[in-house]
Amino acid sequence: MTRRITIDPITRLEGHGKIEIFLDEDGEVDNVYFQVPELRGFEKFCEGRPVEELPSIVAKICGVCPGCHHMASGKAVDAVFGVEPTPTAKKLRELFYMAHFVHSHTAHFYALAAPDFVLGPDAPASKRNILGVIEKVGKEIGTEVIRQRRLAQEIQALLGGHQTFVVMNVPGGVRRGLTVRERDDIVEKAKGFVKFAQFSLDLFQNVVLGNKDYTDIILNGPYSLKLHSMGLVDENNKVNFYDGKVRVVDTEGKELYKYSPVDYLDYVAEHVEPWTYLKFPYLKKIGWKGFTEGQTSGVYQATPLSRLNASDGMATPLAQKEYERMYSVLGTKPVHATLAMHWARLIELLYSAERCLELAWDNEITGKELQAQLGRITGEGVGIVEAQRGTLTHHYFTDSRGIVTRVNLIVGTTNNHAAISMSIKKAAKGLIRKGAEVTQGTLNMIEMAFRAYDPCFSCATHSLPGQMPMVLEVRDANGELAQRVVRS
Amino acid sequence: MEAPKPKLKLAVYWGAACGGCCVSVLDVHEKLFDVVASADFEFWPIAMDIKYKDIEEMADDHLDITLFNGAIRNSENEHMAKLLRKKSRLLVAYGSCSHLGGIPGLANFSNRDEIFRRVYEESESTVNPEKTRPLSEFSVREGLLEIPEFYNDVRSLSQVTDVDYYIPGCPPQTDRLLEVFSAIAGGSGLPPKGSVIGAGKRAQCDECVRKKTENKKIKKFYRPWEITDDGESCFLEQGVICMGPATREGCGYRCIKGNAPCRGCYGPTPGVTDPGTKMMSAIASIIDEKEPDDISRVVDDIVDPAGLFYRFSLPVSLIRRKL
Repeated sequence: MTRRITIDPITRLEGHGKIEIFLDEDGEVDNVYFQVPELRGFEKFCEGRPVEELPSIVAKICGVCPGCHHMASGKAVDAVFGVEPTPTAKKLRELFYMAHFVHSHTAHFYALAAPDFVLGPDAPASKRNILGVIEKVGKEIGTEVIRQRRLAQEIQALLGGHQTFVVMNVPGGVRRGLTVRERDDIVEKAKGFVKFAQFSLDLFQNVVLGNKDYTDIILNGPYSLKLHSMGLVDENNKVNFYDGKVRVVDTEGKELYKYSPVDYLDYVAEHVEPWTYLKFPYLKKIGWKGFTEGQTSGVYQATPLSRLNASDGMATPLAQKEYERMYSVLGTKPVHATLAMHWARLIELLYSAERCLELAWDNEITGKELQAQLGRITGEGVGIVEAQRGTLTHHYFTDSRGIVTRVNLIVGTTNNHAAISMSIKKAAKGLIRKGAEVTQGTLNMIEMAFRAYDPCFSCATHSLPGQMPMVLEVRDANGELAQRVVRS
Repeated sequence: MEAPKPKLKLAVYWGAACGGCCVSVLDVHEKLFDVVASADFEFWPIAMDIKYKDIEEMADDHLDITLFNGAIRNSENEHMAKLLRKKSRLLVAYGSCSHLGGIPGLANFSNRDEIFRRVYEESESTVNPEKTRPLSEFSVREGLLEIPEFYNDVRSLSQVTDVDYYIPGCPPQTDRLLEVFSAIAGGSGLPPKGSVIGAGKRAQCDECVRKKTENKKIKKFYRPWEITDDGESCFLEQGVICMGPATREGCGYRCIKGNAPCRGCYGPTPGVTDPGTKMMSAIASIIDEKEPDDISRVVDDIVDPAGLFYRFSLPVSLIRRKL
């Protein structure tokens, strides 16, 4: 009897996500399809717009990480105008961007990831949410989490104009500078971010790493996936979110490529399947070999963990220590344990906080030169940044007046589409066994495999109860409902 | 003593959206605890375990308020809009996409075939010699896989179902949402059906923080990068197109405070159905030329007027879509 399990999380990337699990006659997992059932088509409708409008238009791709699209777009627009932003403008953009990372990584860890670790994957579903976390760790800490997220957002609103949809970037610079007083305020906030990030790492250390059951989950079980790792690095091969070259290391940690944004088409290509609206990027020189893992696969990951894997370290001192500690505890580099992404994300949180403070202290940050002299319109530009959820590429073509003629986008989570599908399949294969009842716990354990990616279709899960809605239906060959599990 | 008011049954749902509207609900920050005290979230897919099927099983009008954000881009969006209409006492179009079609509505300058061709065939990074495209039904070895049908164009919520109120903005200002909440929770008189709530009644320009003179006269329009913004004066007076005259106030001048001109996310001023027409007349009134040739030269400075004047409102505009 062939059975079929539908997990329909009704949630978002450009819309909503759906998982179909097919079981074979023995009740073992035969195959899994992860479908993204929506498309909006920004690539097409940006055509005809003046290119300087794009940073604000493309920010609307995602209301959770609008700052990432705004930054990648701003860089692509600079290139169209043949200009580099002034040193002050570049630092202001990066300062904004660090606040964006603090905000997003905080929300993800506490609202989305922490419930599984602080309360445990088998805790009652009604408790496995941010309110449950607050109950366990105390309301003080919960309020502190909300407060830190708000402070990071206030920095974004100050620099970006709009609390959600930043309007900061113009060709060659930014629209608004910082006064000394505003800077001093950011310094105070950033000091708090550093402390808060350290606190979060301690929490992870005590609650997660101190618990053998959790470390077993992190390191073993069906959550490991051997894929190549991608991330943006600076000139010293240290992790950078705003600027640098894209570095790809293979499953053994050896550098495969290091390319400038403008050359991305030589290294990355996208595959199309008829059963999902989202494409599958892969390493072009290796080729699309299907949903396979290992050294010969073309599939790569672009996540906090892969960024750390693809780098030689962090550019700030406290984050560097944590980086060293993680690889030393896990005993290997690169790390392929999917759930170590949470640890990597917290190390990145600390880096963002430290970098935010560094930039706020920088004398140039209150400079008055906000916009560089524009060059001739070149007609083409590529901008790459690291979004929280993966390497983000924007590529624009324009006519001689700077009117957009073509747009190509490879968005953060899209990089991981194949990897997420494979992680889900592996988790399902490891957890759904012949004869065994599929429980709420099973559902959540499968969900943990893709929650680790902080995928943008769970962007919205950066919210109060922090839980993906799920229903799992087991059907027999005739489509009759055999078992239904609803998380309640 | 009065008995405590029953808590409101609230739903938040998205169509073709970016998540920004849901984030704006979350941006009540510490006031979140107050909201949870006066309303129960009965359905919020980002947050809860309720499924489509559970919605179908609800009695009609079971929900007090549904905030629907996002545009109608595909068959699933339309189905859910109609279902939630039935189950909700008040259906509120929340945010620009649901109110006017929003940024995804710009897709109405093209059609499904053009979008698919660009995304799945012509995109520089896509390798697809077989010209594979997503299909709403596709049979794999294991069974039939289904995804919603991508429509030829984008519609606003009121173009597919009956809407009680509109809360404009991309996204709506969180403070205004809190005001609307307390108005509904407190049972104070609601405005007539079809009203725009959570926003002002005048144009952006009326309260704009930038300095303006009474006598705007323009001989040339500039793209923002062609001039240096002085950071203080009305954008239009500097020759930069700003949608302020045709846009309802209520956003808190967030873009203007970031030194960016308005792009119209709060929708047209009261009584105006087509923001583009309103903007054209506003522009005509400030052009400082008499001769038709000179006037048209000034108007020609405006690049992409349709994409600018209907940035958030193409699906509900007179143009509506490409034929």
